[in-house]
Amino acid sequence: MRARSRPSSPAPLGALAVAAAAALLLAGCSQDPADPPGQGGAGSGKATTTLTVGVFGAFGLKEAGLYDEYMAQNPGVRIEQTSIERNENYYPQLLTHLGTGSGLADVQAVEVNNIAEITATQADKLVDLGRAPGVDKAAYLPWKWAQGTAKNGATVALGTDIGPQGICYRKDLFAAAGLPTDRAAVGALWAGDWNKYLETGKAYKAKAGDGKAFVDSASGVMAAVTGGSAQRFYDDQGKVAYKTNPAVRGAFDLAARFASEGLSAKLQQFTPAWDQGFSNGNFATVSCPAWMLGYIQDKAGPAGKDKWDVAAAPKPSNWGGSFLVVPKAGKHAQEAAKLAAWLTAPAQQAKLFEKRGSFPSASAAYRLPTVAGAHHAYFGDAPIGEIFARAAEGVPVTVLGPKDLVIAQNLADVGMLQVDQKGRSAQEGWDAAVAAIDNALDQ
Amino acid sequence: MSDETVLLSPASSPATGRDAGGRRQVWRSRRYRWDLRLSPYAFVAPFFLFFTAFGLFPLLYTGWAALHQVELTDPGAMTWVGLRNFTRLWDDAFFWNALRNTVTIGLLSTVPQLLIALCLAHLLNYRLRGSAFFRVAVLTPYATSVAAATLVFVLLFGRDYGMVNWALSTVGFGPVDWQNGTLASQVAVSTIVVWRWTGYNALIYLAAMQAVPGDLYESAALDGASRWQQFRHVTVPALRPTIFFTCVVSTIGATQLFGEPLLFNGGSGATGGSDHQFQTLGLYLYEQGWVNLHLGRASAIAWAMFLMLLLVAGAVRLVRGGPR
Repeated sequence: MRARSRPSSPAPLGALAVAAAAALLLAGCSQDPADPPGQGGAGSGKATTTLTVGVFGAFGLKEAGLYDEYMAQNPGVRIEQTSIERNENYYPQLLTHLGTGSGLADVQAVEVNNIAEITATQADKLVDLGRAPGVDKAAYLPWKWAQGTAKNGATVALGTDIGPQGICYRKDLFAAAGLPTDRAAVGALWAGDWNKYLETGKAYKAKAGDGKAFVDSASGVMAAVTGGSAQRFYDDQGKVAYKTNPAVRGAFDLAARFASEGLSAKLQQFTPAWDQGFSNGNFATVSCPAWMLGYIQDKAGPAGKDKWDVAAAPKPSNWGGSFLVVPKAGKHAQEAAKLAAWLTAPAQQAKLFEKRGSFPSASAAYRLPTVAGAHHAYFGDAPIGEIFARAAEGVPVTVLGPKDLVIAQNLADVGMLQVDQKGRSAQEGWDAAVAAIDNALDQ
Repeated sequence: MSDETVLLSPASSPATGRDAGGRRQVWRSRRYRWDLRLSPYAFVAPFFLFFTAFGLFPLLYTGWAALHQVELTDPGAMTWVGLRNFTRLWDDAFFWNALRNTVTIGLLSTVPQLLIALCLAHLLNYRLRGSAFFRVAVLTPYATSVAAATLVFVLLFGRDYGMVNWALSTVGFGPVDWQNGTLASQVAVSTIVVWRWTGYNALIYLAAMQAVPGDLYESAALDGASRWQQFRHVTVPALRPTIFFTCVVSTIGATQLFGEPLLFNGGSGATGGSDHQFQTLGLYLYEQGWVNLHLGRASAIAWAMFLMLLLVAGAVRLVRGGPR
């Protein structure tokens, strides 16, 4: 907000200078010692404040050098990070710590599948970041902002990244099967309809033969399709409604057809076998959120260079993404709020995208050249900024619910996995998933 | 105040000197008695304090929580539900499935484990060159972390590129889906357990074997007993208490089996496979508590496991005919 209200001077040095200026201004506003009333600590600082940030996985903030940058700008602040590898272990611990009010980091990360539960049950223990200095609501995608806002109107979580999806595909395998390899032509094969993606898969299989699969897994397709509908597992009233939601069942049945038609490599995502699938190149496409590009690059390795490319998905859809929250119980809640605001500001999100491939949830960042003009060398120099920005802006506002993670996990790891790997019918898989979810939701 | 005491003390001390001496002696003997009576308690107190804090209290609190509906999102809010968390286990298909899996995986891992350990110990008991090396080598799997070992086994048991399937294919067997087959996955999980614990048990057996008096073997040999007969009729009977001990420890371990099946899933949650085909009780407990966030239900499962162990112990005691 402050960045915008200042008179901006004309930028004769072109777009790059604008970006630099924007970054400086945005950074400047969070650095402004006048911002937190009665707290001279950070800017003028002799006394050192140590802020801790608790994250899961390789969250990227540290890796992108954002902490170092913040510490350089705020000599009175030191930032330390604690990381737990898997969100399944991180999240229960976060809940326990919030419950007891101890053991918390000053800033904590929250995954999108948990955000509804956090805003519904923990909002009173979190700082309202919507009012923190340096936070500009207009800079964020409205739906991401809404996801971090509790019922009482307090925005307790600021979005970091989102997961707009594309389809990553192997050019060499497409060429061998007589399909186009240019990303615009590939995108046109299935534009607007996931069924066309299935048809393309059948055409691919007809040419490529039995040994080569079209997709990595059926559940990957299911996640991609469900990520594009406004209502998934909950209805507008906040009731669990996945059983009767045609969008969910439709996605399940469509994904099951990838298995029954023999188009799937029958892998489970994020397992060692899936990783090996990338390096051995035994599937031609995978639905890939922006954050997965780096993963594919790692797993497919140098041998896959110039083979992979990324095209637009049939429909805009989102998978994954994260938030930052600031617990009230922290010793430096005010300083922590400033840090969280700075870390999630458009300029920093752009940097995170540039360095780590996590796509910004701040739409204001899409105009920055580091995002808008971003190309990915590994993926045939694809204009990923443009592809994912278009996907992100077409994603409908998803209705989230507290048990999204449990429902999504059981649909994928129980229901769809039975169809994919055990050859069960779509109905059998669905029934097994429903039984597991019913049991999981029953308190 | 301090001035006063300084002034008073020289005057008062000679007058009360004898009294004070007597009192000191009484005091000393009393202290001595206290020391004799109380210091043993002081010495064992740390154990009991820790046991109360980290053993007894959690045990009792888990029992208390099992009678409530408690969610991890708000552990402070407990709603009394009586025995519902226990009675619902009767029609909980997932619980019975987990119990079945625990028993079969327990048998598949414990029986071969102890048999192999016995054979290994017997071999190590021979006079052989570099015996210390072999003893250490046998123990190394035990020193490996569950996580590291299991991750390697996940790769070995891979469906598409696993070494086990490659080895099977060289002798003409088709690829086995070690993750999805019910028996196959349980055998795979058991293999990890056997690999990790055999050496540990072998060393326990070896220690017991070395305590068997040599003249027993000598006289057996004089009676014309073969090596095998010596093993059956001298070694095994002498080892009976040790075998019983390892059975108990392995049974407890098998009941609580958790890390191996969790990580064998390739890091995709606590379901124990798409059909829950290798979900053990420990894993189901974890899923209820830390994935589904139902602490009350998880506590009830924990107590059910505890009660089942007590039942098994009672049954064993009956079979063996009274306490030993």
